[in-house]
Amino acid sequence: MRKLSKEQVKNIAKLSRLGIKEFEIDKYSKEISDILTYVEQLNELGVICADPVSQITGLESVSREDIKYEQKICSKEELLKNAPEIKDDSIKVKPVFEERESI
Amino acid sequence: MLSKLSLLQAIEKLENKEISSEELTRSSLLVIENKEKDINAFITVTSEESLKAAKIVDQKRLKGEKLGKLAGIPVAVKDNFSTKNILTTAGSQILSNYIPCFDSAIVNKLKDQHAIIVGKTNMDEFAMGSSTESSFFGPTKNPRDLERVPGGSSGGSAAAVAANEVIYSLGSDTGGSIRQPASFCGVVGLKPTYGRVSRWGLLAMGSSLDQIGPFTKTVKDAAIILENIAGADKMDSTSVDREVPEYSKMLGKSVKGLKIGIPKEYFEGLDKNIEKSVMEASEILAAEGAQIIDVSLPYTKYALAVYYIIMPAEVSSNLSRYDGIKFGFRAKDAENLMETYLRSREEGFGAEVKRRIMIGAYVLSSGYYDEYYLRAQKVRALVKKDFDDVFNRVDVLITPTSPILPFKLGEKITDPLSMYLADIYTVPVNIAGVPAISVPGREVDNLPVGIQFIGPQWSEEVILNTAYVFENNRR
Repeated sequence: MRKLSKEQVKNIAKLSRLGIKEFEIDKYSKEISDILTYVEQLNELGVICADPVSQITGLESVSREDIKYEQKICSKEELLKNAPEIKDDSIKVKPVFEERESI
Repeated sequence: MLSKLSLLQAIEKLENKEISSEELTRSSLLVIENKEKDINAFITVTSEESLKAAKIVDQKRLKGEKLGKLAGIPVAVKDNFSTKNILTTAGSQILSNYIPCFDSAIVNKLKDQHAIIVGKTNMDEFAMGSSTESSFFGPTKNPRDLERVPGGSSGGSAAAVAANEVIYSLGSDTGGSIRQPASFCGVVGLKPTYGRVSRWGLLAMGSSLDQIGPFTKTVKDAAIILENIAGADKMDSTSVDREVPEYSKMLGKSVKGLKIGIPKEYFEGLDKNIEKSVMEASEILAAEGAQIIDVSLPYTKYALAVYYIIMPAEVSSNLSRYDGIKFGFRAKDAENLMETYLRSREEGFGAEVKRRIMIGAYVLSSGYYDEYYLRAQKVRALVKKDFDDVFNRVDVLITPTSPILPFKLGEKITDPLSMYLADIYTVPVNIAGVPAISVPGREVDNLPVGIQFIGPQWSEEVILNTAYVFENNRR
């Protein structure tokens, strides 16, 4: 029986870059704990002697020639049309580095 | 009403010039206009563009130009297929203004065939759900009973075919999202082998599980669509380069001597009426000469648990791209970059999506990875082995598609786990990457019941033929 604490819920929300409201935390804690408890029935199986599956039809190391596709799928102008904010032909975002007071 | 035609009938009538594509498309658009206020199967209807495309096809046909098999026939595609210059939302607020500048591989194939895309269908947000109630654009109703859900996540695509709004439609299936709504709406739904159909341009949910397939009125129609969309694609490195058989020409073979397995795990605690419907289907096939054999897939009970680890893990990774930066919804007035991320995703995603992202982040986080994710990948191998073993003994499995009948709107939306259990018979198929089809069986209480046929990987012609023989001998 897994029970996620408020702090754990806040932490995974932050790691997932999901804002959540204080009043939602208990609800998410209960729902996610219920689901984790459900999936923990896999522990009944003890030690499992099987190789983990990551590709179900057995493909391995699919590769292609390292060349760029000749056919352009979308132009820069088309891509910028979907950007929430643009400035000077570029996507506008909030600063990545915050300004700091100089020492 | 022309849009009532099956795909095969429509192809024949168009080829014989009994009807025009414009007439057929107008019929489809008229039904959409009349029924959409009740059903809400569509997020976007492209009336003008589709009529224009239909007229072009008609002209080409008059001139005797070579046309694709699907030419001039109205189709609806799920709103997680990227469509050039047509809104593509995946049922989410975070993409409520997103207009792709390219077509997904399968939309390209449809266009190459001169198909008429009349619109984009409603779905659970990012295909996460079994009822189409988690769509940002409101729920879809089941055409058979407007108080009930159409299933999900491809509920819009299933309802559009059931209501004769289109001749056929396409959906995607990660844990049952084609077969379960097909079962609930009383139409045919096919999930091919993983890698049979290119996923390029399909908005990803669980990339190791997702597969595209058709909703149709008949089994033969499903075969026709599959042979026209299957095949390798260099843009999807998980698509597999295998010959695509002419599935529709392989139907009608006798099932004499065919070994059909009944896996006991799929009947434990099952609604007696649904069980009766499945048993009747097996008796019909037995009367045609098939051999019915009791079998067991002991790891079935763990498949759903495996799914609810692997799928959210892949979701948490796939959905990290929706961050309010390059496209889609961005929260207003964020103070800094972190706040742009947090608030765009908080406001843009619904509850079920957030839940799955968080579960995914948790099961992948260091300290829990081995306990959850790695373990699930190992049990996935055991579930796959179950199917490998059983298909050494039988050719095909028969099961119910869903453990329950179509439920009422609002009945399960507040209890995530009970919603998840609705997929208990469809999920193992995606875990093992095998193909399966849902075909309508005897109804219960006037509600549709889907019969599911499951085959080994790359055996679509076997499950299609079994379903076809059943369909043609249904009482």
